[in-house]
Amino acid sequence: MPTAAGLLGIEELDRADIEAILDRAKHFQPHQTQTSARFDTLHGKLVVNLFFEASTRTRTSFEIAAKRLGADAISITASGSSIVKGESLVDTLNTLAAMRPNAIVMRHAASGAPHFLARHLKHTPIINAGDGLHEHPTQALLDARTILDALGQLEGLRVAIIGDIAHSRVARSNVYLLSKFGVDIVLCGPPALLPREFACIAPGVTLEYDLRQAVRGADVVMMLRVQLERQHESAFPASEYFQFYGLRLEHLDLAKADVIVMHPGPINRGREIASDVADSQRSVILNQVENGVAVRMAVLERIVA
Amino acid sequence: MAKLCIKNGRVMDPASGRDETADVLIENGRVVAIGASLDPAGGEVLNAAGLVVAPGFIDMHVHLREPGFEHSETIETGARAAAAGGFTTICCMPNTQPVNDNATVTNYIVERAERTAVTHVLPIGAITRNSAGEELAAIGSMRGAGIVAISDDGRPVMNARIMRRAMELARMLGLPVINHCEDLNLSADGSMHEGLHSVRLGLRGIPSAAEDVMVARDILLAELTGARYHVAHISTPTAVTLVAQAKARGLPVTCEVTPHHLSLTDGQVGRYDSNFKMKPPLRSGADVEALVDAIAQGKIDAIATDHAPHPGSEKMQEFEACPFGIIGLETALGVALEHLVHSGRVHLMRLIELFTRGPARALNLDRGRLYPLGPADITMFDTTREWTYDVNGSFSKSSNSPYHGRAFRGGPAVTIVNGRVVWRYEA
Repeated sequence: MPTAAGLLGIEELDRADIEAILDRAKHFQPHQTQTSARFDTLHGKLVVNLFFEASTRTRTSFEIAAKRLGADAISITASGSSIVKGESLVDTLNTLAAMRPNAIVMRHAASGAPHFLARHLKHTPIINAGDGLHEHPTQALLDARTILDALGQLEGLRVAIIGDIAHSRVARSNVYLLSKFGVDIVLCGPPALLPREFACIAPGVTLEYDLRQAVRGADVVMMLRVQLERQHESAFPASEYFQFYGLRLEHLDLAKADVIVMHPGPINRGREIASDVADSQRSVILNQVENGVAVRMAVLERIVA
Repeated sequence: MAKLCIKNGRVMDPASGRDETADVLIENGRVVAIGASLDPAGGEVLNAAGLVVAPGFIDMHVHLREPGFEHSETIETGARAAAAGGFTTICCMPNTQPVNDNATVTNYIVERAERTAVTHVLPIGAITRNSAGEELAAIGSMRGAGIVAISDDGRPVMNARIMRRAMELARMLGLPVINHCEDLNLSADGSMHEGLHSVRLGLRGIPSAAEDVMVARDILLAELTGARYHVAHISTPTAVTLVAQAKARGLPVTCEVTPHHLSLTDGQVGRYDSNFKMKPPLRSGADVEALVDAIAQGKIDAIATDHAPHPGSEKMQEFEACPFGIIGLETALGVALEHLVHSGRVHLMRLIELFTRGPARALNLDRGRLYPLGPADITMFDTTREWTYDVNGSFSKSSNSPYHGRAFRGGPAVTIVNGRVVWRYEA
């Protein structure tokens, strides 16, 4: 792991690191929904959640994870802090670091922001909770935990990741993780949102521009949130997106019989996923949310304890 | 006035083809004789044994930040860095505050240079007012005040009609038009070369086509108007081909390449190191190879640094927020020797041409030659000394260099401007 041994991305982890976190997360799973079950592993430790970008599930699940382990957790969001007063990122972090937290969990809209800070805050581990378009390591870890829970293994699976790949840190982290386990990864989306270079970012990746082909034979279908309105240009006509890339029940017939459907949330019903698919027996979307706490407990324990 | 005799150097002058061990005698700021065993006649003697003695190097593309951004660089500090890099003449881009878009600013730069700069400083004027790309700047009066070319460097002229009008006027005034070729619609929000590494790092990319499209457009406009046209910091094989085709058609089109585009690749951005962030962005390894080939094939006219100082506070930000640009005056020759000459790709004489006659011709300047009765602007350098670049010892006010800590073989030894030694290497 890099500098102060935080967690900046999946790309630089090796398979053993990932397996250790996933195993430990399994141990924490029975406790993730029991508010009474607390550990004192991180008693007296301080975890700062610093979110420069809006987030509900990631921030709350990091907060819950820290508290379950007995740590003190505080959360700071950009709108309520000195960032709006024009303080530079490095000054904000220096100020927080002076309070000697045992880890800073951060989300930032700029790719590489946590890597930049890790170089300057040599003694405070930084946990990346999503940096721009780059990585969202704990999301990939909880997705892997969810797949393992449902299907028992990663090796040999065929996983289709569908949607706005280009702008997705979830896609990148998942590709890096699944590739290390020999998964057959199919990336699918409109050409403007799926640059050809993705075929080379990790072993085992193929590109597919036709949703039906991507889903065919899949063990896992992972849908990504699509926000065509928030992009500067129209990468794809918003009105036609669902027709070409929206996941519908009929598509699941092309996949393996026990296929699972995943989504990092928040979902856009009727945009990238049909309502009946999101609510179907095949959907593990809420399991992903639950696993968020267990996986983040495992990560915090590993880095802070 | 002072006499100076440079003894026993390897005198190399691409303009005349001279390559011989000789002495160079300087008097009153001019070269008075080049030959064997010249009599110093009581003047200072400079032992140049083991050194190359070349015409003064010209950097046709630097940013000196004065007026307006003196915390990044001044004409004085930029010129000192230039002298330490072996340059005797530098041409400064107009993106100061205020922009050099009228004769008052040009006069200010010329006067500040006369008072503070150890090298010659030749200003380049803006193409459009405030480099906003909308209406033409006061180009005629700036020429009267001493500009040697026009450019909206850093802010490409996006409107083809404005570019056409600028070229028509520049042709009438005998000024070259220099463009920073980047279609801003194609490059929007990009912070590095579009390719595998931008995809990996989750950074929005600047495609090579953003450069190629504008080079192609400008060549067509140069043909339409008859203007002299120069492509700044060319970085893609396609753009090089377009320029070569234009030359083959007899058009007065030239181009420069920077040392960093000859030596660094997009993969070296590594973990978001902003000292590797500039425009055009560092391209792929294949692109770098193609640029070195293009130099070897004579398709490139000049090496220019695009020296772009930014203070530490501006580079101390997340990668996407950092400004584009790196300093390069002090490392240019070291980088060029390593990647062109020591690698066996380019002859030393050709390398010198890229720093002297090449840029002089692109700008239509009577400079960059070493001949009796010519100006005593001389660059002395060696090709063997091993040294390591320490940006903390830089003459520049800024330290945004990707070459900090890099070892080089060969570099500047003595820089002479108007017959005066303005910098010399001290071990």
